[in-house]
Amino acid sequence: MDAPETPTDGLNIVVCIKQVPDSAQIRVHPVTNTIMRQGVPTIINPYDLFALEEAMRLRDQYGGQVTVLCMGPPMAEDALRRALGLGADKAVLITDRRFAGSDTLATSFALATALTRLGADHPVDIVFTGKQTIDGDTAQVGPGIASRLELNQLTYVSAIDTLDQGKGEIVVRRRAEGGVQVLKSKLPCLITMLEGSNEIRRGSVADMLRAARAELTVWSAEEAGVEDVMMCGLRGSPTVVKRVFAPSARDEQAEMVTVEGKQPAQIGDAIIDLIFAAQPKLEADLSAALN
Amino acid sequence: MSEHFDAIVVGAGPSGNAAAYTMAKAGLNVLQIDRGEYPGSKNVQGAILYADALERIIPDFREHAPLERHVVEQRMWLLDEKSHTGAHYRSDDFNEDKPNRYTILRAQFDKWFSRQVRAAGALLITETTVTNLVKDDAGRVIGVETDREGGPIYADVVVLGEGVNALVGQNAGLRPELKPQHVALAVKETHFLPEQTVRDRFNLAGEDDGVVIEVVGSVSSGMVGTGFLYTNKESISIGVGCLISDFAETCIPPYELLDNFKSHPSVAPLLKGSEMKEYVAHLIPEGGYNAIPRLTGDGWVIIGDAGQFVNAVHREGSNLAMTTGRLAGESIVQLKAERKPITEANLKLYRDKLADSFVMKDLKKYRRIPALLERNKQLFTAYPKAMSQALQMFLRVDGTDKRSKESAMMRSVKRARGSWLGVATDMFKLMRAWR
Ligand SMILES: Cc1cc2nc3c(=O)[nH]c(=O)nc-3n(C[C@H](O)[C@H](O)[C@H](O)COP(=O)(O)OP(=O)(O)OC[C@H]3O[C@@H](n4cnc5c(N)ncnc54)[C@H](O)[C@@H]3O)c2cc1C
Repeated sequence: MDAPETPTDGLNIVVCIKQVPDSAQIRVHPVTNTIMRQGVPTIINPYDLFALEEAMRLRDQYGGQVTVLCMGPPMAEDALRRALGLGADKAVLITDRRFAGSDTLATSFALATALTRLGADHPVDIVFTGKQTIDGDTAQVGPGIASRLELNQLTYVSAIDTLDQGKGEIVVRRRAEGGVQVLKSKLPCLITMLEGSNEIRRGSVADMLRAARAELTVWSAEEAGVEDVMMCGLRGSPTVVKRVFAPSARDEQAEMVTVEGKQPAQIGDAIIDLIFAAQPKLEADLSAALN
Repeated sequence: MSEHFDAIVVGAGPSGNAAAYTMAKAGLNVLQIDRGEYPGSKNVQGAILYADALERIIPDFREHAPLERHVVEQRMWLLDEKSHTGAHYRSDDFNEDKPNRYTILRAQFDKWFSRQVRAAGALLITETTVTNLVKDDAGRVIGVETDREGGPIYADVVVLGEGVNALVGQNAGLRPELKPQHVALAVKETHFLPEQTVRDRFNLAGEDDGVVIEVVGSVSSGMVGTGFLYTNKESISIGVGCLISDFAETCIPPYELLDNFKSHPSVAPLLKGSEMKEYVAHLIPEGGYNAIPRLTGDGWVIIGDAGQFVNAVHREGSNLAMTTGRLAGESIVQLKAERKPITEANLKLYRDKLADSFVMKDLKKYRRIPALLERNKQLFTAYPKAMSQALQMFLRVDGTDKRSKESAMMRSVKRARGSWLGVATDMFKLMRAWR
């Protein structure tokens, strides 16, 4: 299948999204202890929606096109169609049995390869991803793509301040430990968006109809440009899942500590008193160690 | 830019899917709109699927639809506080090539049905609520408004498969507001149990064999209502429903009713060790024939629960929904083929098809039942109790001679209803309503 048409002017933005099971509705099989995926609705990874909205805002302001890219099984088409209904312009699904079992290394390889193909006619200006996925929680795929494509990576971005197309520069705010960094980068770059940075829009009737009718671009590994399939799927994934298990319920109880006054020391004392009251041995051991 | 379709179907439940499928398959340009996150996401059913109605739409559905178990045994229970009097019917004849009834999980079934509708060529948009109908100056319905930006969407006909609440039809003044005595509120839980446990507990020899239990009596705490328990592959669905008007009068919380049902000594062992997966509540239209609203007009037609098409006595709803959806779809296809406008007059075609089908015939047959039950609640309380007492007397061996026992049994039935005249009247009314 041909690559979707690229914009003749304006930004060429690609947002990588993942279809994930709705974690709020996942159950663990009481007998086999495995995750019961059957019948669990799938959603777009919620963090990716912040990336998609930010991408669409840039498009609306500067012109251009937003393409959503997803690696997944054929049913991941649902996620792409939903993204189109939210206002994305084009959708590309890369799907191949040989992608099955990909860890973050293999996933970033496949996505980076497809991104290269997508940028063949008109280079991609910005790649967006969510901060992380709710099913893997690694936050590795975005940076993985950036390093494979040698893009500047702007992770945990909470806002985009300015974009200068002439100079090919972008200024963003990045949440860092203990504060906010203001970073300037050359385009192209990769941005992972932080949750809560914006609110995903509701597509119009026209968006929804366009999404329902859209012909998605569907690529196999070869079509996406993969030359070495050993880099894909299970074979390209050094990560080994040793065991999956459901943590057994613990019968600890939470307690709310209310303290008069707001001095940190007072609050600390109150909590420590409470802990010592419940664990006299800990108190004895600690004071023995301190003396 | 506003779009124009041959037909817009509101709702992707069984009725809307049947209508959209029928029309799309015949080549009409169909748009279907559902407010759910995905089709079926909020829909609730017991759920028994009656094969016949679906087979007339998708003949080979058994090969690919997500079905749980086919029903080999039906149990009908009269429930008293501590006992049940039951009639069980099981037959190996139900283990046929093309079984007649299945248990299903609606969320999965609706998704599957919707895929067939889209494969047939209909466009579907979800997470979109139809807020009102658009009419032209002559009052003819020409399209719908939604809760999304971008203006109305137009069509030659709007098919309302919006379910029991039917707010679109109501807002557009096509139908009156629902009456509380015409709707039941049902609550239902799905309980996970390992497959083998389900089979052991219900004596199911075949892997896909299933049992359903329908319950009347103390399960409704004196209100007009019924309970049910159905076996799925790896779970049990259990629920109870009563008229809204009765809930309002008694102030009994629905979940309390369900809790009592679940802890009944005849039911608790069937659920023992299970893990609750889901709790849902939904309305069921139970007004029957006399509650059916006007069904057609210029540019609009009503199908499924929105038209009160539920046979509460036999617990049939989805099959009536699919059949009315199909008949409406076929009528529209025919009118289109004949290049006739979709007007109230021309939609006589749909009304005639309905009158000719089991849907109207059955609802007409039972037209007296809803009012009868509502006015004779003793049917739900007195008789199950009398039956239980009589049988207990009959079965206990305690030195009383049989003749004395028989007269005591008769007395207990009479006492239950106050007088023999009362019993006779009940029987007469029931028979008359059934005919
Ligand atoms: C607890 C319970 C048990 C039941 N058990 C059985 C059973 O065992 N067997 C059986 O045959 N029947 C059973 N029924 C009845 C059966 O579920 C219904 O008759 C059937 O679902 C009706 O189908 P429908 O398509 O008319 O409506 P629904 O299935 O209710 O579908 C209506 C659809 O319309 C959508 N919608 C509504 N308003 C709008 C709007 N404004 N804009 C866009 N979309 C809208 C909804 O999201 C929904 O998807 C049961 C019902 C209940 C509640």
